[in-house]
Amino acid sequence: MTDVFVAPDIDWIALLPLIIVFVGGLVGVLVEGFAGRASRYAVQVPLSVATLVLAFVALVVLGPDRQGRTGAAVLVLDGPALLLQGLVLVLALLGLMVMAERLGGAQADTFTQAGALVPGSPEESDATRRGATTTEVFPLTLMSVGGMMLFVAANDLLLLFIALEVLSLPLYILVGLARRRRLLSQEASLKYFLLGSFSSAFYLFGAVLLYGYAGSMRFDQIALAISSNVGMDGLLVPGVLLVAVGLLFKVGAVPFHAWTPDVYQGAPTPVTGFMAACTKVAAFGAMLRVFYVAVEGVRAEWQPIIAAVATLSMVVGALMAIVQTDVKRILAYSSVAHAGFILVGLISMDQAGISSTIFYLATYGFMTIPAFAIVALVRSAGTEASQVGQWAGLGRRAPWLAAAFTFLMLAFTGIPLTSGFTGKFAVFSAAVSQGWAWLAVVGVLASAVTAYIYFKLVVVMWLGDEDAGDTTVVNPSLLTTTAIVAGLVVTLGLGVMPSPLLDLAQSTATFLR
Amino acid sequence: MSLLESTLLSVAPAAADIGTNSGSYAVVDGGVAAVGWLMVALPLLGAAVLLLGGRATDRWGPLLATVLSWSAFVVGVLVIVQMLGLAPEDRALQLPMWEWVAAGSFSLTAGLLMDPLSMAFVMLITFVGSLIHVYSLGYMEHDPDKRRFFAYLNLFVAAMLLLVLADSYMLLFVGWEGVGLASYLLIGFWNHNPAFASAANKAFIVNRVGDLGLITAMALMLATFGALDFATVHANASGASGTVLTLIGLALLLAATGKSAQFPLQSWLGDAMAGPTPVSALIHAATMVTAGVYLVARSQAIYDLTPDARLVVAVVGAITLLYGAIVGSAKDDIKKALAASTMSQIGYMMLAVGLGPIGYVYAIFHLLTHGFFKAGMFLGAGSVMHAMGDQVDMRRFGALSTKVKITWLTFAAGWLAIIGFPFTAGWFSKDHIIESAFTAPGWQGWVFGLVALLGAGITAFYMSRLFFMTFHGKARWTDDVHPHESPLTMTVPMMVLALGSLVLGAVLYPTGILTGWLDPVFGTAEHGEPLIPLLAIQVSVFVLMLLGAGLAWKMYAAGDVPQEAPHGSALTRAARRDLYQDDVNDTFFVGPTRTLARTAVETDRDLVQAGLTGGTTAGLTGLASYLRKAQNGFVRSYALTMLIGVVAILGAVWVMQ
Repeated sequence: MTDVFVAPDIDWIALLPLIIVFVGGLVGVLVEGFAGRASRYAVQVPLSVATLVLAFVALVVLGPDRQGRTGAAVLVLDGPALLLQGLVLVLALLGLMVMAERLGGAQADTFTQAGALVPGSPEESDATRRGATTTEVFPLTLMSVGGMMLFVAANDLLLLFIALEVLSLPLYILVGLARRRRLLSQEASLKYFLLGSFSSAFYLFGAVLLYGYAGSMRFDQIALAISSNVGMDGLLVPGVLLVAVGLLFKVGAVPFHAWTPDVYQGAPTPVTGFMAACTKVAAFGAMLRVFYVAVEGVRAEWQPIIAAVATLSMVVGALMAIVQTDVKRILAYSSVAHAGFILVGLISMDQAGISSTIFYLATYGFMTIPAFAIVALVRSAGTEASQVGQWAGLGRRAPWLAAAFTFLMLAFTGIPLTSGFTGKFAVFSAAVSQGWAWLAVVGVLASAVTAYIYFKLVVVMWLGDEDAGDTTVVNPSLLTTTAIVAGLVVTLGLGVMPSPLLDLAQSTATFLR
Repeated sequence: MSLLESTLLSVAPAAADIGTNSGSYAVVDGGVAAVGWLMVALPLLGAAVLLLGGRATDRWGPLLATVLSWSAFVVGVLVIVQMLGLAPEDRALQLPMWEWVAAGSFSLTAGLLMDPLSMAFVMLITFVGSLIHVYSLGYMEHDPDKRRFFAYLNLFVAAMLLLVLADSYMLLFVGWEGVGLASYLLIGFWNHNPAFASAANKAFIVNRVGDLGLITAMALMLATFGALDFATVHANASGASGTVLTLIGLALLLAATGKSAQFPLQSWLGDAMAGPTPVSALIHAATMVTAGVYLVARSQAIYDLTPDARLVVAVVGAITLLYGAIVGSAKDDIKKALAASTMSQIGYMMLAVGLGPIGYVYAIFHLLTHGFFKAGMFLGAGSVMHAMGDQVDMRRFGALSTKVKITWLTFAAGWLAIIGFPFTAGWFSKDHIIESAFTAPGWQGWVFGLVALLGAGITAFYMSRLFFMTFHGKARWTDDVHPHESPLTMTVPMMVLALGSLVLGAVLYPTGILTGWLDPVFGTAEHGEPLIPLLAIQVSVFVLMLLGAGLAWKMYAAGDVPQEAPHGSALTRAARRDLYQDDVNDTFFVGPTRTLARTAVETDRDLVQAGLTGGTTAGLTGLASYLRKAQNGFVRSYALTMLIGVVAILGAVWVMQ
């Protein structure tokens, strides 16, 4: 028996957006090696912005006509994949613009000068004196974005795992690069890494069980095996759920959420924004494909579990948010609750489920990045003033910024005329139409609870005591301002006129099986 | 969008029940009318450039705003030229712009309707508006913030044009709110003065009451006709029940009373004089306050079917015209006297539209002439204030005719027009309203006719009082003023408006231009016979005018005017206080609302916050702090949490299977 290796046929043109992002990341690494220290920032920022824009253009131009499976069918470029990839690219662009914020200095200021050095050591101060910078964040971000794009297009459990690691590893590093409170940041990085590895192990275990069940890692083969009733059912459902654990960890759903607040708080704030928005898009995109393509046949078995996870996420996220005193931790728990809301949409298992999930991801991404960008701008004594009390009276000192944050809080709450409302409406109505009314009720109640903390922030900003410390607001750079305004415009736009994006999501919401 | 659509917008069910025939207008094909949207877009662009451009536009911004306003006028003229090339009955052109709301069975296209009625308004708005832009170049020259002022002026012009050009009640509402916003911003333009800022608030809040009417009317239309565009609503009006139509008519009237400062929502107009004088001329005399008249005239298809609502319109007009005239007779503030006069004159227009088909043309006619002579007089008042160091108390004016000759002469033209001196613009338009009032059936003819006649006499008195107190008699100036004539940028617009005040009537009416132009919109009304002969009416109007003016001459030009207002009779004192309108509002609306608000706050604080939410929040917080213990920062316990989760999930699966 002679097995000849047949090279799979790969549609390189269709993969061009992905290739552009990776190449851009590699060029960024070379820039780190060859460009002078002073010019790196000036090269890296335009390079990475250009990479993302170019990849987006390539995606829009090439994508729609080159849909299909490629690379021995482990990669699928279908409507949802393209839409999610585009979403990742746009959100990553906004996130990157915020990362480039210099806070009035010469370099990207939220990142440490030398991540490898011991915090507070003489070497560190030496590096500071010599003007060391950490412009590696830009290629790292691009690598992560590449992983995310691969993540949503993977049609194979193994490729999905590789993509998971590709997107996660740069994130682990990025999380540890905060300039201030470096120990907190490094602790967060380590926690994220350890728990991420832990969850990866669960994922791999699940993947192996599914392989044992279906004899293939490919989603369509798994689906085929389920529909043809191959027996071995003992492997199937645990396998599905263990794979789900790996993905639920990434979105921070309860009970796999414990890392979220610590990591969100410790990471450099622009990274938190990027991570919250883009990782959610990628992980939910992958989850959609796994659930809708591979294991739809046994949904009766896993739906109750996912419903329980959604309920727990909404309830715990909402409850924990209201006792936090740190703005970043509030937003972290709010992201846990939002993960629950998105799961409510995902669970409905029809077209509306797909389109409403994608729509919600878009609305959440576009309000999260500006929210964290604003958090990064409120500072006190050289570091971020993320305690709620420090935000008192912000409305009088920086009315525009406070107004923007207020608007975002309304969107987080889900007040009409913001995208938060349309997004929640979309996922809840999708769930109700499929008989998950109780889940939607829990969701509405949880939203009501979260409203308390969002409005508390608003009240503190506008009605709080004027003389609350020495909090100042940094004048944002043009890039950050653009990112914030873009996020606000989209949040308002999707609230007032959601139909274009909803229509788009609906017309493309069919997975290629 | 079907997701949201199906659930959110299950309105518009009734449309099918009454057999909708979707009426329609001819759609524009080609010509200037195809770019009719430029009329709205140009001034809007100006507002955007000036507001967003910031200080960079300080130097040329005001000029740009003025040019853009004139450009809108030019486009309007070209559209009219194009319409003149069409047969009279084809002169209603619809320009659909974009699909605005598409929701299941209900769809609404945002579009413009260019017909003789709307174009008549466009001419008034853009011409008088542009003149006032020019005047403001001089009047606001030294204001550090004049860029913002011109931005608001342009914003107003754009919104007002949108209001009159809209082809649906929905889009009209956008313009309606837009002029409300611009008016608010301009009244409070000098908002560093708290009194001015609160005047802006008052105008805004009173107008909200009116807006409630418009929203109610739209809701009723949507429920009854399933549509909001003029064509469909008006075509189907005859199919609706009388009660609904009356309700719609009354709701629209409520909207009109708010915007046009008619009884009982007139109280804001006097305070609105806090704004810069060009604003009072443009918004609170010539254009915005006539929006109510436009709304009623535009909705004639509804009012034609509901005589009850129409009668209420006429009654409101009659009350307001007397009210304004009485208040105007007692005011010593030149701008407030003019504001009262505006109320009264719009009362005439309301009375006219309330009389039915016979009155529409005269209402619009009076609206146009009034736009000229009242704007002219406001600009004159601004010029006088300019000369007198921003004083407004007429008791400290007098004998200005020699000092500010151009202002005096142009003001005189407006004065002659408003008191209805024969062959001036006001004589043509007002006399016809009075004559029409006498043709109303039964008791109405006597009541409305006599009220209108009496109003004319009082008008002659209070306007002559204002004129003589300001320009004639003895000088009662404060020591520090040195009256001087205003610059040409200010006087030229006044001259143009003065000319219009004198000849506009003669140009438009005897030649049949106006009636011919508006005929396709309003149709030809059969004239009933007036209760008393036409000649008798005309003579008595003339005699009353002479009496009123003569009395004013005797009291305020020949006699001495005390520099401090005398105590006065009970009526004078009441009129000075706007016939106690504010006191009535305070007693019946403001006071109870305050009490309600206070009670609500107290209830919220004592009961809801302390009791209900307090309890809930405390409970939730307690639960959360319990959960919080799990979040201890140790990565090992986080991993344990995850493991417990996995075990629980697999355990659940095991149990279920």
